[in-house]
Amino acid sequence: MYAVNYHRAKSVADAAKLGKGDAKYLSGGMTLIPAMKTRLAAPSDLVDLTHIKDLKGITVSGKTVTIGAGTTHYEVATDAKLAKACPAIVYLAGLIGDPAVRHRGTIGGSIANNDPAADYPAAMLALGATITTNKRSLPADKFFKGLFETALKDGEIVTSVSFTVPAKAGYAKFPNPASRYAMTGVFVTKGKDGVRAAVTGAGDDGVFRSKEIEAALSKKFEASALEGVKVPSGSLMEDMHASSDYRAALILAMAKRAVAQANA
Amino acid sequence: MSEISMTVNGRKVQGTVEDRTLLVHFLRENLGLTGTHVGCDTSQCGACLVHVDGKAMKSCTLLAVQVSGSEIMTIEGLANGADLHPVQAAFREHHGLQCGFCTPGMIMSAIDMINRHPEGLDEATVRAELEGNICRCTGYHNIVKAVLAASKEMAKSTKGKGRAKAA
Ligand SMILES: Cc1cc2nc3c(=O)[nH]c(=O)nc-3n(C[C@H](O)[C@H](O)[C@H](O)COP(=O)(O)OP(=O)(O)OC[C@H]3O[C@@H](n4cnc5c(N)ncnc54)[C@H](O)[C@@H]3O)c2cc1C
Ligand code: FES
Ligand code: FES
Repeated sequence: MYAVNYHRAKSVADAAKLGKGDAKYLSGGMTLIPAMKTRLAAPSDLVDLTHIKDLKGITVSGKTVTIGAGTTHYEVATDAKLAKACPAIVYLAGLIGDPAVRHRGTIGGSIANNDPAADYPAAMLALGATITTNKRSLPADKFFKGLFETALKDGEIVTSVSFTVPAKAGYAKFPNPASRYAMTGVFVTKGKDGVRAAVTGAGDDGVFRSKEIEAALSKKFEASALEGVKVPSGSLMEDMHASSDYRAALILAMAKRAVAQANA
Repeated sequence: MSEISMTVNGRKVQGTVEDRTLLVHFLRENLGLTGTHVGCDTSQCGACLVHVDGKAMKSCTLLAVQVSGSEIMTIEGLANGADLHPVQAAFREHHGLQCGFCTPGMIMSAIDMINRHPEGLDEATVRAELEGNICRCTGYHNIVKAVLAASKEMAKSTKGKGRAKAA
């Protein structure tokens, strides 16, 4: 790791002041520190967000869920109120990495990073979540921009995510047996504005909504409605783990499981 | 450079470290606590697990300065003199180790797991929760046996008083 200067921010305003130039925000560090160790990232300064109280916690008020950016995967996975309101996201958080990763990694860090195989981006997109930063709020549809790309401007801080609990939601993940990241993961929801199905781990431009799955499930929100649906493989990832055709088949298989879970 | 201080195995310690110093290096090189191991550079093997404020975390993926002010527990802090912690004793009893390289991390992970599951553990849960601990020798069977046995033992010894906290 190259030399770096560490700062512990006390508030979001304090962090924004420090987050200039080649500085980077540090949340759980479960992505950033491994990248710094292998010199794939070399920030001049690290601004630690984990001591900012305003960024933490989960509130469920009626049908509205708000999760602070600094909330850990472990906290999401074990929150009793959230388990009642939206079990699918609680289940998803419990599938991320391993217990020690979940003790530190945060939802804000995960979506700011937008790894093409991360779990939360699929949930945010399918839930039609709103991402709030220290500058603005924007819909998930506008936030995720491709591989490791988001709409965040330099120095902008994700402060929370929020969403309206849909009537139905489910997630299914086929983990890569070595890394446990999603080789393909599908999050489906059925809410006021219809059906949304978001796919992670498969798109060669990162997380995306599958038109084919959404169209089929809009007719009938059941796994049987997906029988024979063709998912095009043209813009899917192809690597040593899986061909794009295999990923297309996984999308369908995971979508069926996710719908079954949502209906259970 | 930063001045840091923390409590390690019940003892207050301080030091001056480069900000890029990993917690595992602070423990091993500054404090001489070499029981915490480094087995990978991808944050996947779990040989470096310690408890930070009561939760299992990877000391290879934390800067020492990040946890300044915290309470750290390492493998060296578990035994009470010659009396092994129940999880250590179970690993010995059930041959939960061969070369021993992964063992400190396995044991810190097991204690964290047992603390998080006061309702008790079954084999499937133990296997799922050991996701982040890689062992190249044992094939895991005896590790799983040891964790299950320790979990029962710890439940017995704390019956009626609630489960013992922390390590
Ligand atoms: C062994 C292992 C297995 C994993 N498995 C999975 C998995 O199965 N699924 C999965 O989804 N993820 C997985 N992860 C990644 C994990 O979920 C990370 O915690 C997450 O991707 C990043 O969150 P963090 O809080 O650790 O962020 P950090 O590593 O601290 O930061 C990540 C990036 O986001 C920026 N950032 C952080 N917080 C903010 C903020 N509030 N506002 C703006 N920018 C910010 C940082 O500057 C950095 O660029 C795994 C990680 C490891 C080490
Ligand atoms: S050394 Fe920390 S996870 Fe491998
Ligand atoms: S006993 Fe050798 S790595 Fe586990």
